[in-house]
Amino acid sequence: MAVSINLKGLNFKQSGKLLKKAAAHGEKEIELTNVNGQRYIAAGLKGDLRINIYGTPGNDLAAYMDGPEISVMGNAQDGCCNTMNSGRVIINGSVGDIAGYAMRGGELFIRGNAGYRTGIHMKEYKDNVPALVIGGRAGDFLGEYMAGGIIIVLGLGIEPGDEIVGNFCGAGMHGGVMYIRGSAAPHKFGKEVKSVKMEERDYVLLEKYLKQFCDYFNENLKKIMEGSFQKIIPFNKRPYGNLYTPH
Amino acid sequence: MALSLKMPEFLIKRQADTCSKCLLCVKQCANKVHYYDEKKDSVLSVDTNCVGCHRCAAVCPTRSIYILRYPLEFRRNAYWTEEAITSIYKQAESGGILLAGMGSDRDYPIYWDKMLINASQVTNPSIDPLREPMELKTFLGRRPKTVVVEEKEIKGEIPPKLELEVPIMFAAMSFGAISLNAVKSLAKAAEKEGTYFNTGEGGLHRDLYRYGNNTIVQVASGRFGVHPEYLNAGAAVEIKIGQGAKPGIGGHLPGEKVGEEVSKTRMIPLGSDAISPAPHHDIYSIEDLRQLIFSLKEAMDYKKPVGVKIAAVHNIAAIASGIARAGADFIVIDGFRGGTGAAPKRTRDNVGIPIELALAAVDSRLRDESIRNEVSLVVSGGIRNSADVVKAIALGADAVYIGTAALIALGCHMCQKCYTGKCNWGIATQDPQLTKRLDPEMGAERAANLIRAWKHEIKDMLGGMGINAVESLRGNRLMLRGIGLTDRELKILGIKAAGE
Repeated sequence: MAVSINLKGLNFKQSGKLLKKAAAHGEKEIELTNVNGQRYIAAGLKGDLRINIYGTPGNDLAAYMDGPEISVMGNAQDGCCNTMNSGRVIINGSVGDIAGYAMRGGELFIRGNAGYRTGIHMKEYKDNVPALVIGGRAGDFLGEYMAGGIIIVLGLGIEPGDEIVGNFCGAGMHGGVMYIRGSAAPHKFGKEVKSVKMEERDYVLLEKYLKQFCDYFNENLKKIMEGSFQKIIPFNKRPYGNLYTPH
Repeated sequence: MALSLKMPEFLIKRQADTCSKCLLCVKQCANKVHYYDEKKDSVLSVDTNCVGCHRCAAVCPTRSIYILRYPLEFRRNAYWTEEAITSIYKQAESGGILLAGMGSDRDYPIYWDKMLINASQVTNPSIDPLREPMELKTFLGRRPKTVVVEEKEIKGEIPPKLELEVPIMFAAMSFGAISLNAVKSLAKAAEKEGTYFNTGEGGLHRDLYRYGNNTIVQVASGRFGVHPEYLNAGAAVEIKIGQGAKPGIGGHLPGEKVGEEVSKTRMIPLGSDAISPAPHHDIYSIEDLRQLIFSLKEAMDYKKPVGVKIAAVHNIAAIASGIARAGADFIVIDGFRGGTGAAPKRTRDNVGIPIELALAAVDSRLRDESIRNEVSLVVSGGIRNSADVVKAIALGADAVYIGTAALIALGCHMCQKCYTGKCNWGIATQDPQLTKRLDPEMGAERAANLIRAWKHEIKDMLGGMGINAVESLRGNRLMLRGIGLTDRELKILGIKAAGE
């Protein structure tokens, strides 16, 4: 049975204390209700527990988090999954800016749209490969300085005239991969990335994450996979290697 | 091949009659200066490759190697100096940004050397540190506004603190910029002397977790190797916003330096550039900084102090005030002489302000706003000796960081070529052939010796002033007098002129 914590009227410190206490107590299913902008929920939290959030969590949800799975029944604000290490965050809505900043592992599924500077500085190391799936569209600077990991943007339900990604997509990118369903105009991308042909293994990878996406948000996998995908990778892992001269 | 206009900086002279042709210099020089010519049966050198690190001269068993400035006189010109001309040659050849290592070597005023320390004569006796206890213990961290003591117990929560036996710590230098043996040396020395070393932004190598109680872990814009275990491994966390050698810009650790161990520690793929962009992209304001400070405090359950390091720039006083109000437990200000493994030369030599002026301005501003007592101040950027430490504390610092001085203790000869990765002293390199030259046990001994020597000297100077605790020197600017300074400079430093 899930333990329920009512955050009505509590500040971030009080909320954090209650959540950490429940986690330390060994609770595996925690429900946070009346969440109303409290920051840092599950920041640095470890373990294999599940947290369901009702309401709108504040900035830096799941920052540095290491293991837990979080579902948000609504939107999340800025800095969701900031420097997250492992675990999973599922947002049944949209997120603000800098979601997945320097995320180093784990998964972030966003049903709706993501704001500016999403997934920048994502990194990977061996088996730690972070994945970020955006159902709608993303703002400017998606995957800027990205050094590893996977970003998938699906463009579901976007209005005609809306761009699936903003400007400077992948600027300074030097690792990892982005998949964009449909296509984005060449001028949307930074000069450090290129668009390459999809291969069989790309579809295998996509299906792995999109199957999860469809399960969480009740979407049709076949329909999504039918669309064409644009694969974006950096030209090389040393974009600024020739910039300097020894003095 | 086109004619290169680059000329040697150094001239190597070898005394043929004493050179035993042991070829140690040939083996020891990573810059490939020395070579053995079989036909001539003698050891020769390529002067152009010499960086002036003195490794060969130091290891030469017969002291047969002399390293001189290359005798190349440019026509005298007070404006178009040799440096100005040769820089253009280099850039005309490469089209690249000029890179430099270590802190600025330009001839700017050194305010440390324009301040003199007071001593007691007759009216208040000096104290003999050889006979009487001298307290150098320093605590860094936030102070509560009031303390309630009931039945000899402090009531309420006291914010977490760092406890230093001596107000000197080892500055942030990442594993990557310097070798693991160099970091280990500093970690061991910090443990020995009851102080702290700082990981820099390159994560914490597995071998160093055991020094956690003497470690300050850094979180910078690249967030390399930052995970909950790392955050909790140290005694404090420092958010790096900027660094004195390159204020306002980020850093690139070149892929060549990202070998197996660096890759593992930074948690990035082998051979990949480690790029730290100029800003933290989640911090665009003091309010955002507050958010990062508190997300870290939440993640560490408020058990460890969180500091913020910034470079000394023009509006430093207002910025520091904002940082104090954002909830930082300590503020680190790095002056324009601060060292670096690599920085664009023009930035290093032209951006930022001297630490002495920055420190005085910040301390005064925080006092004026009645918040100086809430936050600790640490300064760094060119602290060369114990007198600099004493002057820094009298100007208002709680403690100092030493980086360059610590590396010199490990054997650095200030050739300023850290960015080449070919440090012959095994410090600023990841080449296993070179790093093994620095024995961490010996390095630790030397770095600890330096701290101990300075400790004695600080106690001597304190005693001379009639002060028996470093706490009584802190911000005690009456203990300083300026020499050769303008009224304006004296006013900023908040000190009187010598003779006043």
